[in-house]
Amino acid sequence: MSRSATATLSALGVGAAGELTADPAGVLPVRGELADPLPRGGLRRGSTVSVRGSTSLLLALLAEATAAGCWAAIAGLPRCGALAAAELGVAVHRLALVPRPGRDQSQVGRTVAALLDGFDLVAVGSPVSPSAARKLSARARHRRSVLLPLTDWPGADLALHAESGSWTGLGRGHGLLRERELVVRATGRGTAARPRRTTLLLPARDGGVAAHVAEPGHVAEPGHVAEPGHGLTRRPPTRGPARSSAPSRAPAPKPLRRNARLAVHRA
Amino acid sequence: MAGPASRRSPRTGPVASRRPGEPEVRLSSYTLVVWCADWPVVAASAQAALPPHVPAAVVRGGEVVACSATARAQGVRRGQRKRAAQGRCPELVLFDHDDARDARAFEPVAQAVEELAPGIEVVRPGLIALDARGPVGYHGSPERAAELLVDHVAARVGVEAQVGFADGLFAATLAAHRGVVVPPGGAAEFLAPLGVHELDQPAEHRADRAELVDLLRRLGLRTLGAFAAVPERDVASRFGRQAVLAHRMARGLEERPRARRTPSVELAVTGSFDPPVDRVDAAAFAARGLAEELHARLVDRGLACTRLGILATTEAGEELRRVWRCAHPLTPQGIADRVRWQLDGWLTGAAPTTGPTASPTASPTASPTAGVHLLRLDPEEVVDATALQPGLWPGAGQEGGESAERAARAAVHVQGLLGAQAVLTPVPRGGRGPVERMRLVPWGDEPTPTDDPDLPWPGRLPAPSPATVFAEPEPVALLDGSGGDVGVTGYAELTVPPSRIVHAGRTRRVLAWAGPWPVDERWWDGHTAVRAARLQVLGATSNGEELAFLLIRTGGRWAVEGVYD
Repeated sequence: MSRSATATLSALGVGAAGELTADPAGVLPVRGELADPLPRGGLRRGSTVSVRGSTSLLLALLAEATAAGCWAAIAGLPRCGALAAAELGVAVHRLALVPRPGRDQSQVGRTVAALLDGFDLVAVGSPVSPSAARKLSARARHRRSVLLPLTDWPGADLALHAESGSWTGLGRGHGLLRERELVVRATGRGTAARPRRTTLLLPARDGGVAAHVAEPGHVAEPGHVAEPGHGLTRRPPTRGPARSSAPSRAPAPKPLRRNARLAVHRA
Repeated sequence: MAGPASRRSPRTGPVASRRPGEPEVRLSSYTLVVWCADWPVVAASAQAALPPHVPAAVVRGGEVVACSATARAQGVRRGQRKRAAQGRCPELVLFDHDDARDARAFEPVAQAVEELAPGIEVVRPGLIALDARGPVGYHGSPERAAELLVDHVAARVGVEAQVGFADGLFAATLAAHRGVVVPPGGAAEFLAPLGVHELDQPAEHRADRAELVDLLRRLGLRTLGAFAAVPERDVASRFGRQAVLAHRMARGLEERPRARRTPSVELAVTGSFDPPVDRVDAAAFAARGLAEELHARLVDRGLACTRLGILATTEAGEELRRVWRCAHPLTPQGIADRVRWQLDGWLTGAAPTTGPTASPTASPTASPTAGVHLLRLDPEEVVDATALQPGLWPGAGQEGGESAERAARAAVHVQGLLGAQAVLTPVPRGGRGPVERMRLVPWGDEPTPTDDPDLPWPGRLPAPSPATVFAEPEPVALLDGSGGDVGVTGYAELTVPPSRIVHAGRTRRVLAWAGPWPVDERWWDGHTAVRAARLQVLGATSNGEELAFLLIRTGGRWAVEGVYD
């Protein structure tokens, strides 16, 4: 699209593709089941959400937003598995990796600040000083980006803690890793003050995220409302409007092929 | 790099209307000559910053080869001994002869002429020949073209030049000496009354020609016309091959065709700062002006820049250099941004100047010790602007839109801070391991797929893939019940069931495993051949926390290729 055409559309109140589809309410969408631990059913623009305990959880959080046209950057995570990201649904051509964002904390801070200027979602794996962390959070608020630190972060609006549960699919000498239970605890401030706890399948059988079907023996936490028929998961109220803009969505990127059935292994 | 002039089709000159009865002349031999009188003296005086009224001469081997007009007025002549010349004119300034100096000083003149008329040939320093058809046709008449050329050279370089038109280089040179326009076909007529000494141009330093002129004089052939009247056959039989060439020149024919020169396009722009720039905001201001100048130059020539070299020289003499690559042509804003970010990186002392920053061993150079005082933007790779349509590369990473533009600018900014290799974007490719199935290309590079990921890759593990991968697999111990290593047989079976896995100092009980799946890649190539086996292992700590690993065994050792975290 030419610059002038973009300008005209902005004048009419129509944003560029990413903004049009992704956040009518200033909330970036996440894949359905991940919406449960998040207070507004998505990643609110300008907020800081720390993600601890699971790289898969971080990648899954990026998936829906990048597929809808947002741009994501991951800084300071040199061992990030880009293939897993693609399998979880991340549009990897809108993903930038900065494996080594700087030699020292101040340079990391500069790099992350530069990334926040342009990317909608910025994950940070390198530690920064508490004062720099507050500055970066303020910058994310100002730029309306989402900051996703993977370390302890003072002033995070929401903290997600993942605890890896049990895997299924693997036997003693046979099978394949297939799916895993992941318990996500969310604590935060404001609307997120009430702790939430959700059990997901991440990765699920199809490579993505799925709701965890309640099994006998699992007990909901006190205060957690379990809807009948939905196991331990709930549908957040904001999810409806966030999805309602789907008809005007920009051409979705070609989904990456999953090759679940390609490998033929020895028995 | 091909200059634009080489692509431009030659201007079609006018077809000179020929009156009936006029001799037919090959139009291509009609030549325009730009001549600068006493060029060795002009060049030497310019280099020595000598005012023009001071008499000066250039000597070689104790003999004057060129002198200025003021020296000539006082009796200095070409060919005089140095002592004799100094005797005539005591205040004469003498310079040694230096071909390189003459050529160097003449280059701006050549460029000035080239700006008005492409396709020039520098015959020697001081003399330029070109096809007269273009300038004559474009400007309407030879007189008008000559006037423009003389004015332009004087305005651009401050050098006095004379222009002449005639058929053939020799006649045109003599015409330029006299500043006359010889009409096409009139060369023989023009040359006939001139003395045979004109055949010996002193600037050419041809001893054989001087002998010939002397001989012709002694034979009584005192004019070129008289020499031309001698049949060519007799000249050839009496005087030899060199004399035949001279005879052709005397008749107004071409000695040889001209060789056109392709103009070298100087695209780089240089800015110098006084006082030196050591603050980022001042650098940004400087960058903007330079960027606009560079862009204007490129646009003038219909070019677009895809590789931009930024070179900064600090006051202390340090040179910093970085080349930026970009799949999209650079806009003025894009150039300015890159220069600003680059200066930002240098001045804040963050960026190494060379080498991929992705490798931790790359040693960053120290920040410059002084401010930047010279900045040069050098378009290292340019393409024809019309050939570069963004639509040529549709697909991943090339989409438009405001958010894409913002992200691209931020990524390029980070590249300015950390180096071009610091920002990567994954591109799917074919392969079997989780690392090799994603190629990380620097942001801005063309994401060309190397191996087709859609082909069948037997032995590839299905989803899910590990979320944490190790580009360099980390060693790990996989032990059986008695503490011995678990091996893989040639039939791709484990020798014993594993019972413990020790990774990063922690021992985990093995709950389950699957595999091993053998990989035997590129066995035909000794250097890149891989023979390995992969194994999925689920370990649990004493408190029941589960962690799944993807192990690979090569050369009899287990290593962790990925962790499913």
